[in-house]
Parts: sequence; C-alpha cells; structure tokens
Amino acid sequence: MLELILPSLFQTVYMVFFSTVFSLLLGFPMGVLLVITEKGGIWEKPTLYRILDSIINILRSFPFLILMVLLFPLSRLIVGKTIGTTATIVPLSIAAAPFVARVIETSLKEVDKGVIEFGQSIGATVPQIIFKILIPEAMPSLIMGVTLTIVNIIGYSAMAGAIGGGGLGDLAIRYGLYRFQTDVMVVSVFVIVLLVQGVQFLGNKLASKINKK
Amino acid sequence: MIEVQNLSKCFQNGNECIWAIKNVSFHVNRGEIFGIIGLSGAGKSTLIRCLNRLEEPTEGKIIIDGVDMTALDKRELRSKRKEIAMIFQHFNLLSQKTAYENIALPLELTGLSKKEIDLRVNELLEYVGLKDKKNAYPSQLSGGQKQRVAIARALANNPKILLSDEATSALDPKTTKSILELLKRIRDELGLTIVMITHQIEVVKDICDRVAIMENGEIVEISTVEELFRRPKSKTAKAFISSLKSNVQEEFIISEEFKGKVVRLSFWGDNAKKPIVSQVIKKFNIDVNILSGNISQLMSTSAGHLIVELEGEDEKVQAAIDYLRSRDIEVEVI
Repeated sequence: MLELILPSLFQTVYMVFFSTVFSLLLGFPMGVLLVITEKGGIWEKPTLYRILDSIINILRSFPFLILMVLLFPLSRLIVGKTIGTTATIVPLSIAAAPFVARVIETSLKEVDKGVIEFGQSIGATVPQIIFKILIPEAMPSLIMGVTLTIVNIIGYSAMAGAIGGGGLGDLAIRYGLYRFQTDVMVVSVFVIVLLVQGVQFLGNKLASKINKK
Repeated sequence: MIEVQNLSKCFQNGNECIWAIKNVSFHVNRGEIFGIIGLSGAGKSTLIRCLNRLEEPTEGKIIIDGVDMTALDKRELRSKRKEIAMIFQHFNLLSQKTAYENIALPLELTGLSKKEIDLRVNELLEYVGLKDKKNAYPSQLSGGQKQRVAIARALANNPKILLSDEATSALDPKTTKSILELLKRIRDELGLTIVMITHQIEVVKDICDRVAIMENGEIVEISTVEELFRRPKSKTAKAFISSLKSNVQEEFIISEEFKGKVVRLSFWGDNAKKPIVSQVIKKFNIDVNILSGNISQLMSTSAGHLIVELEGEDEKVQAAIDYLRSRDIEVEVI
C-alpha cells in the first residue's frame, strides 16, 4: 500500500506546488490590475478592467476537465507531452489563475481606502502604493487567499487524475474505482483530506500570526 | 501662501450635477492656522481635499506658493504633494506596520538611506512624545497616540503646509486639547501653515487665527476668530457661538418678564478682565442683575457674553448703555 501511496503523494505535492506557483504568477498581477483599473481605483482604466473582467469570467466558467483537454496542445508545446504529472501543471495553472485573480482582488479590496488616500496625499506613485501600502496591508488576507488557492488546486489535481494526470486522484480512480480495491481508494482519499486539512491549518496559523490588526 | 479663487466642485450623478462647493474664494497667510468650520454636509471635507487635489476641482484655481495646483500634471502634482501633508479623522495608519514603520514610509518613498530614515524617525517620535511606542502597532495605541503617529508621519518630509481633515473629531475632549496643542507647537516651532476643517467650534476657539464658515458648499463668512466671537454674522456662525455660550439658553430668557431692560453684553480682550459691571453700578446708580453669562478663552484673547437686567430710571439706564458702548462693549437690547 505504501509503495502505491507514496509516489502518488509525491506526484500530487509536486503538481500542486508548481501549479500554485505558476497560477500565482499569472493570477496575482491580474488581481492587482483588477483592483487598480476599476472605477475609483488608483489607475482607472475602465476598458482594460472590462476586458480583464470578462476574460476571467469566461475562463472560470469552463468546466475544469474540458479546459484541460482544450489545453492539451499548449501542454505539448511547453512540456512536450499531454499526459503525466508535469504536463498537468500547465492546465492546472491556467485553470487556477483566474480563480487566484479573484481571490487577490477580494483581498486587496478589503484594504481601508483611507491608507490608499494617505499614499496619494504624500505623492506616492501607483507602483509605490501597490507594493508599499496595498500588498503589505492586505498580507494576512492574501495568505488566506493563497491557502484557498492551494486547497482548490489539490481538488483540481485529483480531477486531473481522471485523464492521466497522475497523483492521488489518479490512484483513487485507477485502483479504487476501476479495480475495486476499495482500501486503496479510501486511503488515497484520506491522504487528500489530510493534505487539505494540513494546508488550511498552516494557512490559518500563518495569517493570524502575521496579522497586527 | 494659499490662494483659492472661485473654486467649485460638482459631483456627477448621472446627468445631474451636484455642487458640493460653490464658487469659494479665500486665502491663507503663511504661518497661519486657518479653520474651516461647518456642519456635516457643508462641503468642507471636499474643499480641503481639493487643495491637494485628492478631489479634482471642477472650476477655479488653487495657487499654493505661487504654483497653480490645478495646472500641474500628475508627476508635478506628486512632487508638490510632498510639501502638503495631510492628517485624517481616522488617522489612516497602516495597520500592519509599527509606529516606526509608519513614520518611515514617506521617507522610504523619497529614497532616503536606512541610516537617515532611522535618524529622522527617532527625531519625529521624540517630537510627538511617543519614543516608547516606537514598536507598537496601531491596534496597540490609543486614539490620541495614533493621531500623534499620523502627525509625525505627516511631518516626515518637512512639508510647508499641513491639511487637517477633522483630525480631532474622533477623539475625546482631553485628547483633542493635547493634539491641538501639538498642532500649535508645530506652527510656532516649525512654521507650518495649517488649514483645518472641523465641526467643533472649540477647535476654532483654541487654535485658529482666522476662520471660514461654510454653509451648503459656500463660504458665508471669513473673519478672525476674535471678530467671529464678537460679531458672528451668519446663521451658522451664531449657532456655533451660542453652543459655546452659557448653559442658560437665551431663548428661555423672556425680556417681558423682567421689570428692567434686558441686554446682552459682549466683550473681549482686556475688557473681559475689567470690573465694568461694578463700575456701571457705581457710576449710574442702577441695579444690575446678572441672568446668564460666560467667558471663553480664545487663542489670543478672551471673549465674554453676559445677559443682564438693568433696573433704574430710564435715562440712567440709557446712559449706562451709552457708557458701555463707549467702552467698546457690544450692547444688544433683548
């Protein structure tokens, strides 16, 4: 059992880790852009906001499995194949990016308008307001957002298992569902549950530790 | 120092234009503490935010130190804003940063070295009396301490002007006094020009040199604080002043109920310290019955309001009134 679970666990962690990193790289700037370009934002660009907003909504409406299949060509282009753990990182990152954008947007919007106004009153530039005021002030909330993202990607990665993504989800489906090895399925799901619990616990701890409010 | 000419601000509401400020003009002298007082919704907050263009004026000009603020582009405006600091009703401190880090922030943005920042921040903490709160987060500070941090932060880049947006409105009376004293010290020692908006007449009374009264987006009266207490002209000014006057409401004094003549005496400056009432009694041999009164301490002078009943022969009473008027006392027969 352990020989089955361990490699799958490793695959899942690997997939989730890199997908989180890449989805943050893609989604974080989008979230920031949403906040600053919206009406009343510090860099008002209504047209850009509307375009970004629509793209995010469209991407988020795609069922994940369909998006993954649609992104096979992109996976082939980037990693050279469409099946396997590494190949799955591409659609996972892209599917999670618009989600990240919304999470970051929500966190940054919680920042008190007064401190942004203070930044403007001392003549801070837009990047200075973003990096010196907006992001530091939103940090606890951003950490909760990243936690939510990781949990979400763990869920996505389990689904990706169904179409050759590897990892614990794949294990649960192949052994548990197709070969009727209920014990493998139960253990796989249990490990996923543990993983989610652990991530959430650490995220909550870290967020409340750094929050000075 | 600050010259505001025909300033108007409209907030677009669909096709409708709601004028928050209507054709406002005034000037503020260098080193002056200039108050703008009005009830909530009078447009005073919008007005002060127009001065550093946190709010874009719709019409009119704002000239600060010879520079037309309304003509500046974004870059020029940012650099000009470093000379115009602002403090706020709700302090607007960064909650995730310590007092030290909050004060350091404007210095970091101007690109000072770590050492220079450290020197300046410590100096500022000392100045506002918060040296021991250096590493405290805003959530660990009282309202007055938070405003002190905000003031230190505002002073960081050596501004020439300080805009105070209801800076004492969220504080209790005792803390308000101490913050006002700090502001006065800043003007006296550092030579800043201070523009402050408030709805508290006590604030105007305690530290302002001159004051503008706002009503429905318009300035209805500008005068020295002394003059305002002496002869308030507008309805709002009168209401503010009477809120400061004696606890006995004038409305409750019905002159018909008294045998003698009921008059209100308003006096200020040295007159407030002289035994004028007893002089009148001796000189004209009439009775003076004090119905209500108070003396308020203004920044540079004191102003008193007294409602008295003058009893005696008509000529004598009239002569007493004339005498009081000749001594520069405002006499109003009620």
